[in-house]
Formats: sequence, structure tokens, C-alpha cells
Amino acid sequence: MSYRKIFHDGLWQQNTGLVVLLGLCPLLAVTGTVVNAIGLGLATTLTLVFSNLAVSLVRGVLRPEIRIPAYVLIIASVVTVIQLMMQAWFHDLYRVLGIFIPLIVTNCAIIGRAEAFASRNRPLPAVIDGLATGLGFCLALVLLGALREIVGRGTLFSQAQLMFGEVGEMMQITLVPDHPGFLLAMLPPGAFIGLGLLIAARSWMDGRTRQKTAPRTVVQIHEAQA
Amino acid sequence: MTERGRATILKSAAALGLVAVIGSALLTVVYHLTADRIEAQERRVVQQQLSRILPPGRYDNQLQDDRIAFRDEAHFPQGQTVTAYRARAAGQPVALIFRFNAVNGYNGAIQLLAGVYGDGSLAGVRVIAHKETPGLGDGIEEDRSDWVLGFEGKSLTRPERAGWAVRRDGGDFDQFTGATITPRAIVNAVHSALEYFSQHRDELFNAPAGSGMMAGEDGSP
Repeated sequence: MSYRKIFHDGLWQQNTGLVVLLGLCPLLAVTGTVVNAIGLGLATTLTLVFSNLAVSLVRGVLRPEIRIPAYVLIIASVVTVIQLMMQAWFHDLYRVLGIFIPLIVTNCAIIGRAEAFASRNRPLPAVIDGLATGLGFCLALVLLGALREIVGRGTLFSQAQLMFGEVGEMMQITLVPDHPGFLLAMLPPGAFIGLGLLIAARSWMDGRTRQKTAPRTVVQIHEAQA
Repeated sequence: MTERGRATILKSAAALGLVAVIGSALLTVVYHLTADRIEAQERRVVQQQLSRILPPGRYDNQLQDDRIAFRDEAHFPQGQTVTAYRARAAGQPVALIFRFNAVNGYNGAIQLLAGVYGDGSLAGVRVIAHKETPGLGDGIEEDRSDWVLGFEGKSLTRPERAGWAVRRDGGDFDQFTGATITPRAIVNAVHSALEYFSQHRDELFNAPAGSGMMAGEDGSP
């Protein structure tokens, strides 16, 4: 499988958040702002890269009966390491994301990639797959975060100091001055509606590219001439 | 069971055990590398919260080392453990900051810090964490409105008991449009904290640091 295909699958064709619909709980919960979305997206990406690498390395050693508990152990260790490091170096962001960092363990997308890809491939493709899947998840999070933040608060990158320190305070972009705040977008229903719109938009774009590349039928040619 | 079956099981168990051992080893290393930094970060966060209530120039001791934990169901209900940080200048009590919960919010406990000067007047109140409705109840956050700053200078006698309520209940404190329950919960909780302070002022300042006045466990920072 080519790396190009792996990336295309992870980011678009098999996007965790928008197509496979795994890991929806964190996806819906933390996407109030772009900064939160990036934070959880990057943490998930790191987890995927390292868990895929570890699973790929032990793939010849593990018997099929114990592979799932072994994956769970590996993923839990990786997530805990990332959690400790975030607590040490990105403490404020960690406090905002809170429980959703340890809960990365329960994101089915991660064990899914371990089982479906990493356990059957060499380490390098496994790492690439983890990266692609993670970035695809990150993309879905950031799109939803941006949508909700713009509609809900009229800003982008608010609270960026949580991730980038003092530089971050200058990163906030106010798109709509004196935005009254649109409550629905900030509350859970807004997350569901926003995700629905994103999935619809992705399917629509997919449908258009398919139409363009697919050979036209006789009827379509006739219609075009009429 | 056949010899081979047993050997397979043992091998599998060993492999799983090995994964667990490697994982634990990794965690142990990372934990030791990050422990000091995480503790320092946590102290920094608490220090930031405390200094928004009480300017660091007003005292000369380490608030986080001079704290006690206690429980008092009558004033701080639902079995919560209250932490009190004591501020002193040249050994003399200056103020005390309670960390406690308002329990009657719209959605779960509202974590509060309330600073009280030795004379019983409020140095300030801040909301540390809450799950109130965004856009309605979250005006209690300092970043969103000045409401919480209105507590500064208030005490048990300023206003009198009847004034310690939101306007809808005939008191002196504003409520928010569409959200009365949240400010009401905080006003009541702060009032009971003040009451507790006036009844136990000396015990609160004299109890040895780190101990619980009532054998409560040490409150986490």
C-alpha cells in the first residue's frame, strides 16, 4: 500500500471523525473552541503514532488470543505518558481538556488502527498510518471547533495562551465584534448539528469529485446537448 | 489438557506479562521525570488563583504551606472538605482564604475561593470551576462579567442578613437574566462561609498548619 493512499485514507476517505464516526465522544465534547480541538487532536495523533509503532513491533510475538489485552496495555501506557507530559509542560491546556486526555484510551479509533493496520504492517507504514489517521481526526476536530467558535462566540483561537503561552494572547482573531454569543453552538446540541453539517459537506464534496471523474452516462450526455 | 496446550498458554501469559512490565517501566521513568514539574505547575495554578483574591503584598508567608482542612456540615454541606489558606504578615493573621463548594447550583457543585480579612470583611470571591449553563449562569466567571467582584468589602453586617440574597428574593445582589439559581447559590454559600469564619476565627488561625482542625484529611491543593 502506498504512503499516498495511506494518507488519503486517513485524512479523507476513511476519516475517523467524519466517515468512520469513531471517537465521537471527545469529538463532540471538546470542540467548543479551536484551541481545545487542536490540543486533543494532537494528543490523539501522538497516541496513534506511538501505539501503532509499538503494536507493529510486537506483531510477530503476540498470539492472536492475547493481542487485544496487549493492545489495551500498550495504548493505556502511551496515553498515560502523554498525559503526564501534558501536565508538566502544557498544564493550563491539560486543565481545560481534563478528563478527555485519559479518555483517549477509550477512543475506538486507536485500537481499531492497531488491529486493522498496525498488526499487519511493518513499523514505518504503521507509523505513517497512525499519523494520517490522527491528522484526519485532528482535521475533523478543528473544523468542528472553528465552526462552533465562529458561530458561538465570533472568534477564532480564543484562549490560545493555553497552548502557546503569552504569544497566544495575540493570536485571538475576533471575526464578529460584539458578538452576542450564540448559545446553541456552544452547547452539546450545537456539536451534533455542526458534526452533521460537516459530514454532509464531506459527502457532497466526495459526490462531486466522483461525478467529475466517472464516465458520463448516455442520458447525461443527451441532457447536456439538449 | 495436552502438554502443548499448556505450553502455549504459558507463553501467551509470559508475553502479556512482558508487555505489562515494559509499560510499567516506561511509566515509572516518565513519572519520575515529570513529577517535580507537575507539582510546581499545580502550585503555580493555586498561587495564581489565590493572588487574584489577596494581593501578594499583603502577607509574607507561603499560603500553600500554611493551610488547614476541615469539615462542617452545617456551613459547608454535602460532606465537602474545606481548605483554608492563612495569610499572615510578621506572624500576625491578615486574612484567610476558604476553598469550598456552593452546592445548590443549577448543575452540580460550584467551586469557590472566598478571602476574608481578619475583621470579617470579604477580600474577594472567585469561581474556580463550575458546570452552569454557558451564556446564562457563567456570568459568575470573572472573565465574563464583574458580578463576582461585587462581593469585595461585604461582610455579615454589610449588608444585614436580609440583604444577603439576590434581588428577586429581596436582597442586595444582582441576578442574571434567565439565571437566578446560580447567583443565589453563591450568595448563600459565601454567607455561610462568613458565618463560619465569625464563629471560629481564632481556631482557624491558630490550628497548626497541615493538620485538620477536625481530623479531616489534608485537602488536596
